This record gives sequence, structure tokens and C-alpha cells, in this order.
Amino acid sequence: MSKMKAVLKRKSWFMRSFPQSLNVDIPATALLSHINRRFLPFPFRKFNSSFHFTISVAKQMIPQQEPDFNLNHLKLYYGKLFPFADLVRWVSYGNDGKHPGCDQSYLGRREFSFTLENDIYLRFQSFNNTLELENSVKEKSPVKIDIGPVYSVDPAKRYAYAQGENNVFAPVERELIFDIDMTDYDDVRYCCSGADVCLVCWPLMTIAIKVIDTALRDDFGFKHVLWVYSGRRGVHCWVCDGKARRLSNEQRGAIADYFRVYKGNENSHKKVSLTGAALHPFLATSYTNVLKDYFEKNLLTGQNLLATEERYEKILNMIPDESIASELRGRWQDSRRSSSAKEDINVVRWEQFKQLLQSGKHKAQGLRRCVEEIVFSFTYPRLDMEVSKHMNHLLKAPFCVHPKTGRVCVPIDPNRCDEFDPTTVPTLSQLIEELNYEGSISDIDGELNRTSIGNAITLFRSSFLQPLLKACKEEIENSYNLKLQQSKNSLGWLSSPKRGSALVPSPRAAWFEIQQNFLSESSDHADESPEGHFILMSDSCSAANAKVDKSAFLPEFDACL
Amino acid sequence: MEIVRPQSRRNFLSSSNDAVSVPTIPLYRSAPSLEVRLEEFESFAIDRLRVLKGISDGMSRGKKPEEMENLVKDLWKVNMRHQHASDVLNKDIISHFVLRLVYCRTEDLRKWFLSMESALFRHRFRVLNAEAQRAVMEEFDLPYRAVSNVEFESIKEKLGQVARSMGQPVPTADAIFYKVPFEEVPELVAGRKVLISQGYAYVAMNQIVSLVATLFRSQLSKTLILTNRKWTSSIREQEKHRLTPIVEALCSSYLGPDYSQSREYADISLKDIDQVAKNSFPLCMRHLFDKLKEDHHLKHGGRMQLGLFLKGVGLNLEDALAFWRAEFSKKVGLEKFEKQYAYSIRHNYGKEGKRTDYTPYSCSKIISSTPGTGDHHGCPYRHFSEENLRAALDRMGVNSRAMEDVIDKARNRHYQLACTLTFEALHGVPCDAGINHPNQYFSDSKKILQSKQKDSST
Repeated sequence: MSKMKAVLKRKSWFMRSFPQSLNVDIPATALLSHINRRFLPFPFRKFNSSFHFTISVAKQMIPQQEPDFNLNHLKLYYGKLFPFADLVRWVSYGNDGKHPGCDQSYLGRREFSFTLENDIYLRFQSFNNTLELENSVKEKSPVKIDIGPVYSVDPAKRYAYAQGENNVFAPVERELIFDIDMTDYDDVRYCCSGADVCLVCWPLMTIAIKVIDTALRDDFGFKHVLWVYSGRRGVHCWVCDGKARRLSNEQRGAIADYFRVYKGNENSHKKVSLTGAALHPFLATSYTNVLKDYFEKNLLTGQNLLATEERYEKILNMIPDESIASELRGRWQDSRRSSSAKEDINVVRWEQFKQLLQSGKHKAQGLRRCVEEIVFSFTYPRLDMEVSKHMNHLLKAPFCVHPKTGRVCVPIDPNRCDEFDPTTVPTLSQLIEELNYEGSISDIDGELNRTSIGNAITLFRSSFLQPLLKACKEEIENSYNLKLQQSKNSLGWLSSPKRGSALVPSPRAAWFEIQQNFLSESSDHADESPEGHFILMSDSCSAANAKVDKSAFLPEFDACL
Repeated sequence: MEIVRPQSRRNFLSSSNDAVSVPTIPLYRSAPSLEVRLEEFESFAIDRLRVLKGISDGMSRGKKPEEMENLVKDLWKVNMRHQHASDVLNKDIISHFVLRLVYCRTEDLRKWFLSMESALFRHRFRVLNAEAQRAVMEEFDLPYRAVSNVEFESIKEKLGQVARSMGQPVPTADAIFYKVPFEEVPELVAGRKVLISQGYAYVAMNQIVSLVATLFRSQLSKTLILTNRKWTSSIREQEKHRLTPIVEALCSSYLGPDYSQSREYADISLKDIDQVAKNSFPLCMRHLFDKLKEDHHLKHGGRMQLGLFLKGVGLNLEDALAFWRAEFSKKVGLEKFEKQYAYSIRHNYGKEGKRTDYTPYSCSKIISSTPGTGDHHGCPYRHFSEENLRAALDRMGVNSRAMEDVIDKARNRHYQLACTLTFEALHGVPCDAGINHPNQYFSDSKKILQSKQKDSST
């Protein structure tokens, strides 16, 4: 249903954009320039050599594209809406220079990577503060910003350290990340394939979030987990606890393997193999709390998993006992005529399937597991293992705009992930429209609140950033106090001044200084840059932001209309 | 560790450590202060190297855990004994520290040493009795306590689930579990072999080897880096005339035993097959080998031609199965490999069907074969287009002058002469007998390479 809607929407847009596109009598060049000026995203601007070619590109590709994704809008987005300060505050993890125990070089050792238009990659960018990042992004207008690991040294100066046999340039910290992409589910969804998603298959992502999020928190004990919509067909997960950031590649691999059930192989029918007399508690919990319900109440009917012969054959192929498979096949082939209209055919068949496999006479272990194996095959999360296993993998930053869809990579609240609807995620053009509309009636609220990205940023702050920074501060303080204690205990601390101990003459004075620091911190906020502190922002975004001069962007915006 | 300094000879370990009689494993925390004679310095290290090399071979052959256990036990017994019982432990420690010096010097050496020493430690730990295991754990100073009865009761059901998921009996009330941060036992986490809750893994007593081995590995990894620093900063220079030559010679000779065997051609093991293929395979086999690596598949004709050749070269059945399995499973899956292909490999080795021990194909047989579409077997000098032959020869490293001669022979249908010329161009040695058989090409090539090796080492 919703796919239909999406198609209709695209079609109507297409008709609107090219009212006479099927009439050849409009001058080719006029249409071309029309397309080029307004609708073709930047990669296609250069295709103006042949009329025929341009049209064919436009027909195939434009529906996939955000119609108004252009660099001017992106510039405007970076200029007015992109939450640089929040991003930097996040990846600094409390190392913001306010506490004597914090690591001043921390942010500057983090790799950022920009993708410019025409696939130009700028890797190993590094920034020491929000302003540097902001200026660079505004100047370069990258279509994509990736976040990499924290290295041992400033990645921009890596060559200077690369001399000699022992290369000290290496990643030392990185969030534990997961990348789940809908394309990996193509064999279990019939509604769309490849890059497309719709509300019928999106529940697969909801399942993934629920299963992984629960295990990360309950099993592994992580607390600071950020889920982000990837902008098109998947989700990203950032686990940001200190412990998670310091995991070795081997430990990351172990966690990824803990989650791995699906062992895809092109030439085998059975992709999930559950052996043993019981399921591991993690799998058992996932099955009873998430997978089973989603399979039976959502995907079974949503995807029509048993409705046609081709589809139920796929499931019958997973039954190790051929006689049972043929019994069901026989029943289902006949039932086409007799099935009552009342009950959904998928549900009826699934009940028959379960009954036969779990009934007394087939209680053999392999067969009982078979029901679970099928549910797992059709629902269990499929992770891109390589992304999670290595520290130096890049991952797109939250709040980027996906260049193909124009949708903003907004955070997803794992507790309310069933409510998340990828088709209503704000797009770049929508935001610009809102900005323009609101701007023209000169609302007094800040840009963020007035546009639909405001909610996303509020969610980012309240459910993720604030608790994270609180924990980071505690961690920094604790380790600082521990260091002070150690330097107090070791007699030699005076003769070998380390950074911490050299600053302060005695532990007591140090404590005084910490207190001073913390006391003064609250008053610091007011003086900071108005876009600055999250406490200020989340309480009342407004007043400070209202000061921002709108005249700077209005003419530019007009120009691009 | 002191090395022949004029001091009174005193055996640090046997005098201060009563535990010599108890079979235990030293953790090699710090180098012992005891004297070592230069000959022992070297010979102990070589003995330990034999053990590690054996483990490495066993692992690359894909031996099962219990097979590995026996292998390690045998290797240790054969190589690490000492005429004085009291010196056995010393030999263990000395050899370890010498090899640490030898293998600290590059990333590759460290990696190899680390994984072999860890495997050795793991297997030695496993065969200890419970008491000795506990002693080792104590020495590691593990900060973990056994799970209390109250806590055990609360998670009993889940622990049972984990045990049953691995096909093991449900733990009883007196079973001991340790509560360990999950990141300390990555391999148990990866296999879902432990219950994990709130960041802690519940490790059963029989899984403790995994925890201890991980600790051992990470400690060794750190000290190897430190040793390397020390080596480059001071030891190498200080010991320029005494230890440095020994240390530098030791690591290059870890492949030694393979070459010293006076067979016509040495057995090839899976680990070096890539290198051997590059150096000593004739073009027809090299091509099949590369295609197999590239496509993870070969059609029947190719499997026969290459498979029998490898058998003739000295690849035993076990290795052959592992070799083909490794490639084919990437494409067709393990299950299908075992069903469809493993049989014909065993067949080639005379283990199935009419049990004929098939002989490798000769040149005349290969030249007269008729490869079809998708086939890669046959004689490249006959079956390749000139363009492809040039490209293939170029990849082998035949220089352009020799190339023209080879192409000329191939054009005139003297395929074996073309192959002989290729051999001469690559080895720089005349081959008077000519090439009649791929396995002859291989053994001649090995002989020449070995004699070159000897020349350069003497």
C-alpha cells in the first residue's frame, strides 16, 4: 500500500516537473536547461551533450533522487541548521578543556573525512574545535561527512610521524559501530529490492534495532548507544561508552560474531543453522521477545511469505524432512480453492506448518528447531561485519543529508523505534522551504525549532548527548582524582613532574581547583557562543539564535529558486 | 639473563623455586638472572623453534583440537627434554627468552611467535591437572572471584541454557563460574559459549583456559614490543659480535628443517604452497593454481590435472582435502564440497572406488587433451592464444628476449621445448634433459633453488 503511495508520489512529481515531457515539440534545449537548472542534482549537470541521453538519465534516476538536492541548499543547511556544536561536543567526550584532567589533544586526533561532489574524497581531516570544523564544512560543502577513529597523533600530520620503522600513527579509540543495510535482506523481502525501502520492509530495521540495542545494554552493559537513520535504506549504531571506544579489533570482532547468526551463502537453501539442545539465552530472548511476534504479526502477512507457490517453496526447502515438506505442499496446492476469505492465507498456512512440525510425531530435534530457523532467517538482523570489526572504518556522521534521497540522517529513539517512519524523515528541500517560509514572516524562534529538524536535535541531546557527557565528566574526574592520589602516594612525584601534578602544588589545592572549575562552569555557559552549550539550547533554543542575521542567506536562497 | 659472565655459577630457578618437580608452566614474566652458555643459548632456541614450527604446521593443516593436543605433547617431549631433570624448566625459560629476542624484530615475526607461543601455552595449560591450573591462575593474579551461591541460583537457568546450547550437561550447584569482564574472553563471546550479562561473562571452570590464554597472549604481545625497543636501542649494538649474529641467523633458519631433508623433493605443506607455486610450478599448473585462487572453482579436467600434480609434488591427502576445501567452500559452500568434490580427491589418492593410485599427468597427455569452454587445463603453449601466452609468460617473469624464443617454439608446435626454454629463462640454468613431465619441472626447479640457497648461505 505504502509502496503504491510512494510510487504515486514520485509519478506525480515527475508529471509536475515535466508537464509536457512526452511531447517532443518543446525545444530540446529549453527542456534541457530547465532540467539542468532546477532538477538535476549536481552529478548529472554535466550530461548535456545529447538530448536523448539526458532524458533517459532523468527518467531512470530522478525519481530516486531528491528533486531539489543542490549545493546551494546544502550550503544553507550547513550554514543555518547543521548542529556542529553538538557533534563536536559528542566526539570530544568531555575533553573540552574545562577540566584539568581532560585530554586537550583528543578532538584534534579524530579523523573526519569529507566527500565532495564528483566523488572527491578528503580523508584525514582534523579539527581542534567547533569553529574549525564549521568553517571547513561551510567552505567545502561536503555532500557527506564521515567520522573515523581517534588516532595516536593528529591524522593531518600523519606523514610527519610515519618515518622510521615503528610507525606510531595508529587508531587508538573508536566507537563500536554497526551498519545494517536493507540490501542484505533482499532474499527475504518481496516489496522492494536494492536501494528501495518502504513501510512494509522497514520493520526489518525495527527488529534489528530492538535486538541489537537490547543486547548491547542488557548483555554487554553499554549505556550510551546512538541509533541513526542512514538516510536511505538502513540504520547505523554508535556505541559510545568509554569501554566500547577502547575495545581492540579482536574484541570488536567477538561482539560482532556474538550477534552473527545468518551465514549467507548463495548456493545453500538454509542460511541459518541453529544446533544444540537449547538456544543461547541471547538468541532465546530475542526470539521470544522480538522475532517471533514480528514474524507472525507483521512480516508473515506484510510480505505475504506463504501466499504463492514460489514463496512457500522457499520455506519448504528449509525443512530437512522431505516427507513433511511434500505433505504441506500437497495441502497448500489444494487449499487455493477452499481457503476461507476471512483468514489471511499466510497465517493459515503458518499455523499448519507449525502444527505439523511441532506436533508429537515429529518432535525430533532438528525439526522443532526448524520453525525457529525459519523465523530467524526472515527476521534476525544482518550486520555488515567488517564495519564493526575494525577500528579504522569510517561511518557517516549523524545529521548529514543523504545525497541520493535528500533525507537527513536523524537519530532514532530505540525505545520508540516502531514509530519511526523513514518516509517522513525531513528532507533537505523541505527544511529549506520551512526556513524560507518561516524566515519571510520573521518568526522569533530559532531556525532549529522552526524547522522539522528541531525535534531530531532535541532527541539527540536529551536521550543521548546529555547522559553521555555527564558520564564522561565523571570518568574524567575519577581518573584525575586517581592520578592525584597516585602522585600523592608516590614519593617521587615532585621530582618527576607530570602534567597533572606539576600544575598543582598539593592534592588539596588541586581539589580546590577542580571545585573552582566546576563552580565556574555554569557561569561559563552564558558567555559561550550562543549556538554553544546544550543545556542552554535544550531549555530554550531561541533567544540566542534569533540574533542570527537572516539577510545573509535570503538573497542566496532567492537566487536558487 | 646473564650470558657467560665470569660469576659463580648459580642456578637461580632450581634453588629458589621448589615447584620444579610439579609440572607447571612458567609465565615468562621477567628474564631470569642465570648464566647461559652460548651453545645452549642457540641449541635451546632451536629446540623450541622445532616445537613452534610443528605447531604452525599442525595449525595450517587444520588439525582438530584433540589432534593438536597430542601433537604438542609429542613435540614437547621430543624437543624440550634435558638430561638433568632440574634443568628442564630452565631450558623452557631460556629458550623462550632467546626466541623473544629473535622474534621481536619485525611485525611479521612478532605475529608468528605470538600465535605459536599462545597456542603452545594453551595446550600445555589444558593438560595440567586442576590443582596446577589453579596455581597458574593464582600466578596470573586474576582479580576475579568465583560466582557466589546466591548469584549462581539467580542465573542457574540461563547458565543451563548456555551449556545445553553447546551440547554440554547442565552445570550442578557445585560448579565453579568466574565472573569476568566480557572483553577478557573474546573467543568465548564470539562463539556464544558463555552467558553475558551487564558486561560480564560467566566463565565455567573448563573454559578458563581461554581466559588465561588471552591474558598470556596480551602480556606477551606487550613485552615483545618492549623487547624490540630494547633490542634496537641497545642490545643489537652491545652484542654486535656475540649474540646479534646468532639472533639474526635463528629467525631465517626457522624453515631450516624443511630444506635439510635429503629427499629428491621435500614435502610441500599448505602454508608454503603459494610461494612454491610461484617459484617452481610449470606454467600449466601455475595457471590452474591462479585460476583456482581467483574463481574458487575449477572444472573437472582442471581438478584432475592440478590435483594429481600436487599429489606427485608431495601434498598428502589430508592437505589436499584442506587445500581444495579452502578454495571451493568459498564458492559452493562446505556442504556441497564435502558431498560432490571430496570424494573425487580421495579417489585420486586411491582411497575410493577401484582404489587405483592415479599417477600425475605427463606432458604428452596434457598436450593432447582438449579443453572446452570454461576449462583451464591443457598445455598453455598449445592451447593459449599467442596474446594470452605472452601475458602469462610476462606474469611468470620471463624477460622479453627469452619470450620471443619461447613464442617462436610454441608457434612451431614444439611445446615441450617452449616449456624448457621458459624453465631456463626463469632459473638461469640450462636444462639439458628437456621438460617431459610437470613434476619433473617441479623437482628440477626445487633442486636448483635449493643449491642456490646453499651457495648463498655458505
